[in-house]
Amino acid sequence: MAKRDRLSGNEAIAIALRQINPDVFPAFPITPSTEIPQYFASFVANGQVDTEFIPVESEHSSMSAAIGASAAGARSLTATSSCGLAYMWEELYIAASNRLPLALALVNRALSGPININCDHSDSMGARDAGWIQIYAENNQEAYDNMVQAYRIAEHESVRLPIMICQDGFITSHAVENMELLEDEEVKKFVGEYQPENYLLNPECPMAVGPYSITDYYMEAKRSQAEGMRHVEEVVLNVAEEFAGISGREYGLFEAYRMEDAEYAVVMIGSAAGTTKDAIDKLREQGEKVGLLKIRLYRPFPAEAIAQALKGVKAVAVMDRAEGYTNHGGPLGADVMAALYRARSQALAVNYIYGLGGRDVRVEDMEGIFATLKQIAADGDAGETYRYLGIRE
Amino acid sequence: MAADITKLGVKATWKDLTEGMIIAGAGTSKEFNTGEWSTDKPVFIEEKCKQCLLCTPVCPDSCIPVKDGKRGEFDYDHCKGCGICVKSCPFGAITMEGV
Repeated sequence: MAKRDRLSGNEAIAIALRQINPDVFPAFPITPSTEIPQYFASFVANGQVDTEFIPVESEHSSMSAAIGASAAGARSLTATSSCGLAYMWEELYIAASNRLPLALALVNRALSGPININCDHSDSMGARDAGWIQIYAENNQEAYDNMVQAYRIAEHESVRLPIMICQDGFITSHAVENMELLEDEEVKKFVGEYQPENYLLNPECPMAVGPYSITDYYMEAKRSQAEGMRHVEEVVLNVAEEFAGISGREYGLFEAYRMEDAEYAVVMIGSAAGTTKDAIDKLREQGEKVGLLKIRLYRPFPAEAIAQALKGVKAVAVMDRAEGYTNHGGPLGADVMAALYRARSQALAVNYIYGLGGRDVRVEDMEGIFATLKQIAADGDAGETYRYLGIRE
Repeated sequence: MAADITKLGVKATWKDLTEGMIIAGAGTSKEFNTGEWSTDKPVFIEEKCKQCLLCTPVCPDSCIPVKDGKRGEFDYDHCKGCGICVKSCPFGAITMEGV
């Protein structure tokens, strides 16, 4: 039986982790993710979990300790935000290349500078090529549900890669929403026991991790690593299907909202999707054929499925909550446009940078985007494809 | 389960590599031919050798086998070509280009 509760996104993640009862959780605090280890530490103190909780001296150390624990054979994770993730930069690649299925509860926050503690996606977008699976949430419920599904994806024998479960700083991490929690036993059964094939603490079979790989091997090693990524889409869908069986909530690689006959579409990641849905509902009532494609799985990038979902669209706006400094737009824009190009799409596409450093996105803003898309389609010209939403000129 | 490293070598395809490049199992260094990436090899000139065995202990890779008190031919599968043995030989019984 599901339990209804009202929780912040950070509380929801902490509760999912209590239910998962991981083996090792090294942590160092940083706004806005601090509450995750904070709530979890209380579960440790209360004896509700038997996790080894390690307060470390930095994020470089928290990720290193999580990697060491994972290599030792433990189910491990840590949590962070913004500069904390940047300080883990080196270790992110180590975790992925060693094929260690640990988790990172990321609460998205702008990277400095100028210094800012509010939401955008510049932290995780910077880590998009690190070899981690990245899954994003629109709201607290999705953050919780994604965390429950995380280890089933990461630890799958055809994948074995680290996974980043992302949610928007403050917007979902601190806002309290009504949501449904699964029973502890249901989560425990769904996630199951972690049984690594090889691990450092196995006395029967000693193991070397992270060997030096000279030029003769390095490229083959990276190609071998990519093979794990190639299986992620299928595993994500299978795990989601099983999750729907216990929760009644359905997930995919992305959510296509009112896309069935949409001529104008927005592609975006995270909490602003909720705002966009409100704009879409309003415009649909006026007879406008508008829709949303909300990315859930960003790494690996399900390019073919996304291009397929955008097949009938005349104009599309790709929304990036991070700058790319390419002079052409942000990272999601580049990925979506490349997907459309490979699919020989005729859709006119523009890329917006929005919501940086916690800048609010309103329903009217998104209505304005759809109006622009309609104009672009009428003109048959996308014009400037690299745009800023709501910037003071 | 011990990793199968028998296919590891400079001709290995990406499918031959172990997942995450881990090496499970002990004592695997004998099976892994670290000598395959050396560019120079020492040459043993047996007629000049007095069997003093000064070369054997200085080899960092234990590539100079000794049997019945006499050294034998180099183990080129594991010799990295460092040249220390050349320097250690007082009789010029080991030569190597550039050393």
